[in-house]
Amino acid sequence: MANRFDICEDFQLQADNVLVESNPVILKIIKHCKEFSPSLVTGQLLGLDVGSVLEVTNCFPFPIREEDEEIEADGANYQLEMMRCLREVNVDNNTVGWYQSTLFGSYQTVELIETFMNYQENIRRCVCIIYDPSRSNQGVLALKALKLSDSFMELYRNNNFTGEKLREKNLSWVDIFEEIPIKVSNSALISAFMTELEADTPVTQCDYDRLQLSTSPFLERNMEFLIECMDDLSMEQQKFQFYYRSLSRQQAQQQAWLQKRRAENAARKTAGEDPLPEEDPSNPIFKPVPEPSRLDSFLITNQISNYCNQINGVAGQSFSRLYLTKALHED
Amino acid sequence: MASEHTVLQFSSSSSPSSLSAKVHPLVIFNICDCYVRRPDQAERVIGTLLGSVLPDGTVDIRNSYAVPHNEAAGQVALDIEYHHNMLIFHQKVNPKEVIVGWYSTGLGVNGGSQLIHEFYSREVPNPVHLTVDTGFRNGEGTIKAYVSVNLSLGDRQLAAQFQEISLDLRMIEAERVGFDILKTTAVDKIPSDLDGMEASMERLLALIDDVYKYVDNVVEGNIAPDNNIGRYIADTLASVPKLSSTAFDKLVNDSLQDHLLLLYLSSITRTQLSLAENLNTAAQIL
Repeated sequence: MANRFDICEDFQLQADNVLVESNPVILKIIKHCKEFSPSLVTGQLLGLDVGSVLEVTNCFPFPIREEDEEIEADGANYQLEMMRCLREVNVDNNTVGWYQSTLFGSYQTVELIETFMNYQENIRRCVCIIYDPSRSNQGVLALKALKLSDSFMELYRNNNFTGEKLREKNLSWVDIFEEIPIKVSNSALISAFMTELEADTPVTQCDYDRLQLSTSPFLERNMEFLIECMDDLSMEQQKFQFYYRSLSRQQAQQQAWLQKRRAENAARKTAGEDPLPEEDPSNPIFKPVPEPSRLDSFLITNQISNYCNQINGVAGQSFSRLYLTKALHED
Repeated sequence: MASEHTVLQFSSSSSPSSLSAKVHPLVIFNICDCYVRRPDQAERVIGTLLGSVLPDGTVDIRNSYAVPHNEAAGQVALDIEYHHNMLIFHQKVNPKEVIVGWYSTGLGVNGGSQLIHEFYSREVPNPVHLTVDTGFRNGEGTIKAYVSVNLSLGDRQLAAQFQEISLDLRMIEAERVGFDILKTTAVDKIPSDLDGMEASMERLLALIDDVYKYVDNVVEGNIAPDNNIGRYIADTLASVPKLSSTAFDKLVNDSLQDHLLLLYLSSITRTQLSLAENLNTAAQIL
């Protein structure tokens, strides 16, 4: 243990948000997520918050949730009991966040944000680790650590996603999620065993996966999702257009009313009467039009940019592969 | 002796030699982690192995959890309640994983093992005993699996014997993650797609170079030819599909263009996004 703390102090000087994953966590997450893929699963991360470093040292899976209150209570019980049991074998039992699996990187949802806010209430710093089993078949370790940005959380707490507020905070869709770099640390014991167990062959499964030529199913699915998202986004845009149209119509109505009232007042003044007030709260045209929340469109935008990134990444890989095959064929 | 034909008999129905076990790397990781976190005075840690028996009879060990225990002067105390609780928890998550045996750290089997093994025999018939030498006592991390066979003389049980069974340590799962990450004590960042691709390609090129060198050496007479290797190389070359160069060019160019189109689409989408964002902010100022 002593060693590990030393290392962490070094980190403290360098970066603000570093995450150390240690020992069986990665494999546990992968195993759980993969076994249940394509259904999505979640689990809890345990560890220590050491200064600027969040150490994730263990985790345990949640059973697949069902919409039933009794089972939900059961789930909470399960969580507590599991943590008590793990404590008995000297595992750190502080919750530091949760992990979940995703398909093709489509994790930017309102549910994720809600879960995050729930966790955030109890733990000052928490993290969400996202694993994508569909990408791991291509020889990529698709592990991501996320947190919500502070300014976004503040806005979310007040449920304030109007254009004005967003402009005030200067928050755009890029600023919702912050990705935290993951550092992996293994105990010396594990390191020794893995060196011992590593096969002598120079080629590993991961190489086979990477050199697999067919990527089209993955890209196709990605494009499908992308198109769906674009549809959603245009729906959102239409909502905004509708809002702006009704807003400008209302403003025009207000102006017209005001002019009428002013003319009336001028007439009253010449007649020596008191002017009428220039505002009439009872008139329906002064009721503010509710502005639609921008949260959805932000999330969709995030989603889309994520798909674009994935497409770019996979396409880049495919280019290298294609040129490689070409070169091999020419030999 | 009842008859002169009485010999020592193995009572186990399946002969141990045909049994084998397969270990998921997670189990090794779990065991090591438990060992690092063991209580002060404990010499070894033990725990339950979960998994399933594959159709071909191989025991697939997929998960594990530690069970607190105490060992003193030939007596073994196992926290049975804890064991059962954890079993229920694990079954809730994955009902397909059942008890297949137990593990212990240390080299080989010792006296207390028999008692624990008896306990697990009551939980599941013919449990597997996995030992992981975390002390590296003979200079290497020995991982072994055993089953227990009853040694009987006629009808009398004499003793139980632990027989080693073959253990498959090829870890496809670990290879998928990459030994580079699991092997070292600290990794600063998880490699991205292209980094991995580069490493794989370099390895492939190195392999091709090796084959070239070998073939050249054989041709020049420096190395005695080996028919087996020759056949492997011939097979590998034959597995490359024979295509005319025009057909091949068309194939490659078509998929290149497909991918370029996708790249173009995704770039357009991105441009669209940033345009939309700017327009939105502009619209708000009005």
